Amino acid sequence: MSVFILIALIVLVLAVIYQIGRASEFASLLRGEEKVQAGTNRLMAWSMLLMFPLGMWAIYACHQALIGKMLPVSASVQGEGYDSMMYVTLIMTGIVFIITQGLLCWFAFRYQSTPNRKAYFYAHNNRLEILWTTVPALAMAVLVIIGLRHWFNITSEAPADSQIVEVVGKQFNWIIRYPGKDGVLGKRNFQLINNENNVLGLDTNDRQNLDDIILENGEVHVIVNRPIKFIIGSRDVIHDVGLPHFRYKMDAVPGITTTLWFTPKYTTAQMKEITGNPDFVYEIACDQMCGKGHYSMRGTIIVETAEEHAAWLAKQQPYLKGGQAPAPAPSAADTAAVPAATPAPVQTITKL
Amino acid sequence: MNQDVAAVQGPNVAHTHHGDDTGHHHEHHEQHFIWKYIFSMDHKIIAKQFLITGILWAIIGALFSVFFRLQLGFPNETFPIMETFLGKWAQGGKLTPEGYYALVTMHGTILIFFVLTAGLSGTFANFLIPLQIGARDMASPFMNMLSYWFFLAASIVMFASLFIQTGPASGGWTAYPPLSAIKEANLGSGTGMDLWLISLTLFVVSTLLGGLNYISTILNMRTKGMTMTRMPLTIWALLFTAVIGLLSFPVLVSGFVLLIFDRHFGTSFYLSELFVGGKALPYVGGSAILYQHLFWFLGHPEVYIIMLPGMGITSEVLSNHSRKPIFGYFAMIISLIGITVLSFLVWAHHMFVTGMSPFLGSVFVLMTLLIAVPSSVKVFNWLTTIWRGNIRFTVPMMFALGFVSMFISGGLTGIWLGNSVIDMHVHDTYFVIAHFHIVMGVSAFFGMFAGIYHWYPKMFGRFMNNTLGYIHFFGTFIGAYLIFWPMHYEGLAGMPRRYYDYSAWESFKHFEGLNVFISVVVILTFIVQLVFVLNFFVSIWYGRRVTTMNPWNSPTLEWTTPIRPGHGNWPGEVPTVYRWAYDYKDDGHGNDFVPQTTPIQPGEEVH
Ligand code: HEM
Ligand SMILES: [Cu+2]
Ligand SMILES: [Cu+2]
Repeated sequence: MSVFILIALIVLVLAVIYQIGRASEFASLLRGEEKVQAGTNRLMAWSMLLMFPLGMWAIYACHQALIGKMLPVSASVQGEGYDSMMYVTLIMTGIVFIITQGLLCWFAFRYQSTPNRKAYFYAHNNRLEILWTTVPALAMAVLVIIGLRHWFNITSEAPADSQIVEVVGKQFNWIIRYPGKDGVLGKRNFQLINNENNVLGLDTNDRQNLDDIILENGEVHVIVNRPIKFIIGSRDVIHDVGLPHFRYKMDAVPGITTTLWFTPKYTTAQMKEITGNPDFVYEIACDQMCGKGHYSMRGTIIVETAEEHAAWLAKQQPYLKGGQAPAPAPSAADTAAVPAATPAPVQTITKL
Repeated sequence: MNQDVAAVQGPNVAHTHHGDDTGHHHEHHEQHFIWKYIFSMDHKIIAKQFLITGILWAIIGALFSVFFRLQLGFPNETFPIMETFLGKWAQGGKLTPEGYYALVTMHGTILIFFVLTAGLSGTFANFLIPLQIGARDMASPFMNMLSYWFFLAASIVMFASLFIQTGPASGGWTAYPPLSAIKEANLGSGTGMDLWLISLTLFVVSTLLGGLNYISTILNMRTKGMTMTRMPLTIWALLFTAVIGLLSFPVLVSGFVLLIFDRHFGTSFYLSELFVGGKALPYVGGSAILYQHLFWFLGHPEVYIIMLPGMGITSEVLSNHSRKPIFGYFAMIISLIGITVLSFLVWAHHMFVTGMSPFLGSVFVLMTLLIAVPSSVKVFNWLTTIWRGNIRFTVPMMFALGFVSMFISGGLTGIWLGNSVIDMHVHDTYFVIAHFHIVMGVSAFFGMFAGIYHWYPKMFGRFMNNTLGYIHFFGTFIGAYLIFWPMHYEGLAGMPRRYYDYSAWESFKHFEGLNVFISVVVILTFIVQLVFVLNFFVSIWYGRRVTTMNPWNSPTLEWTTPIRPGHGNWPGEVPTVYRWAYDYKDDGHGNDFVPQTTPIQPGEEVH
């Protein structure tokens, strides 16, 4: 019922607006079309002029309203590069924005049609064209150079003393694996996966797996001020490890291993102070559409001091209990159905 | 008032004997309605078919966005109206996650392909090419008709997919596998995905048939004297649009074919090492990234397919309503060429975070920022075009000015995204949503509206209502900025796109109030679009009649045809052209322009 009322209301509003339009058309015929057109033209010219200060004010108001909701300073050392680049780009594009939008509004107002105005026949000027081809080209060159310096910096090899953690996406949560005492992640094989006791398909013949720790709650624990390297994978579809506070993001692609590394600067506790938010937590947001639960695919990162980390680690158990192979999986039949001819896919994650 | 359009002669015209279509001359034999309006081979009718189908799709696509914005703005409320429209996808008035993702996917697909590709290029390429180059019709009117019919078939298949049990495709308009390949992974990856693939393949056929026609018509069927460099920029833009489409759409189809094989015939082009629905799947060795390369090899050029017609229309409208030649005609053509070439060399800027080699990434950073150069040349030339003009603020002019404003705003954020370091943070967040909606969505719509208001008198022999046009402009211009500008902030704060609900996220839930604001503006802006729809359809029958042949005082050829041109466009001979399309200068008789059909006067300086 209310639906009909709503639709009727919209139809009514449209009908009224339409009648206004019609009436103004008749009125303009009565009052003399040319006069009305001149009046409209003036009105539009003024509104183009007003658009600029109004727009600038709106941008300012929007900024004031939202700036308090933005991210705090970069929580990673490498993310500082992003922050500084963002400001450089903001200033360069901001200047161009204000000049061009300003000229657009000003020219529109200034050169509005009046009875005596004659347009100036001005078809081309090669000097001008060259000027505004080269200046943007140079500006772009500057941005490319700054950008690529940071880019090669952040995509370089992780330092040798990095902590290592594996993050594997599945619909719709993150599974985290630590290498354990040996510091090495053992081999995985997707055909060995089962949801009961081998969620990542650890290869039990690989001794390096025996001490690996798996957390199914999507919680990553890392030590502050030491580089951390993420080994990223996916069990099913493409996900993406999105780390807004660290200014990083990397896809989790099934069948492929991707990596990213950075150095966290602030512990979670410090960040609570910086943001003044006692509930603050570093979140991992899935940033690649992965199905109906995409929006709920949340992980967290706990950045802590070395002592806190050691205390936490001491409480963790290896995933494979007592170095035993997991009990035969119920899905073994399915696994066996895989054609024998297919080469056994080896997920090689060895020394890093 | 009506010029009688008598029988048309000429080799290009299959039928002779057309009465004028106002029905004043019933003694002429009239074509049957069906042959005239449904199975028409007249490029002008086909253009209107594209336009009206596009408008219908735009209403559906926009309505979907209203629905999913209701969810984003008011995640805890229920809206019975949604249940009325969406049935089980919004049981009790609350949109389900599956319903949300289906709506988002359809919204993107519909607007990008059906509205801003077919509805825009299809309309203006069909309508303007023959009229502005002086041809009686397209090179192959029959293929042209097929092009529309394939588009309609694509439309019907896509529309049907909305009603099937498992719903339409719902993995995003980009349809990345494995999500789109494995039906257990996503409800919409069942039959809905098959229909999506079939529909878009039909759509590509339509685009290719149309594109071939546009190119061969422009190259071969120009009237006497219409050299390439005398063509209006609309035609240049439509030419390059067709070229881009012809080179990139087939790649998309190849990507689709491989996807269909993976879906149904057990191949592993895109699939490797998957564990879905509680079991390991037999696929190994494929690469999910391969699809993204194939997709974006079309996907990026596609954004220029959407953009170029609007650029051409804007150039034409700005020049005409400023009563001044377009500034830097050749620079405009060269920048179009630059954009066309570069648009094929930047696709992987959509893939910076897929783990591709950083060196490859750096090449795409360079290419992407390069493409900003021809884009900025165009902006400066538009600004210089209105400089010292004599500007008439007609409704099309308002939209053309709005186009420039939007293109600047959205183009500048492209420079942010093109730099991989910045993209690494804002990729797949609302920043990207803001960028491409402003630069492509809104701009292209503004170009389209400018074109519709400008050529409506030629299409229907009547004007659209001005007051409603201004209401439409201001409502859309202000609404669009209010909707998309704040989204930049959400994106910079890391708020991901394609989320159904943010309330569980410590980092994003504080944008709740802003999301309400945006959703309210979306509803208002949607209603303003209905004003346009109303104006468009009512004016076909009740609009003010056009009483002069050249209401905008334009030098181009389409305004030398009768007010309501019949099939064949010119009742007599096709006029000969003597000058370029932008001779806005004193003709010596008190006019401020010289039509292209006026011979060069002795002593006159030729452009
Ligand atoms: C100044 C020129 C431009 C540059 C440098 C640029 C750059 C970019 C970049 C780097 C992205 C990828 C962002 C990401 O996904 O993380 C992007 C996305 C996009 N751009 Fe642009 N762009 C420009 C102009 C345009 C134009 C003219 C259009 C439309 C006609 C457009 C439409 C799009 C669309 C649709 C997307 C998003 C696709 C998606 O992921 O769904 N861009 N742009
Ligand atoms: Cu996801
Ligand atoms: Cu692109």
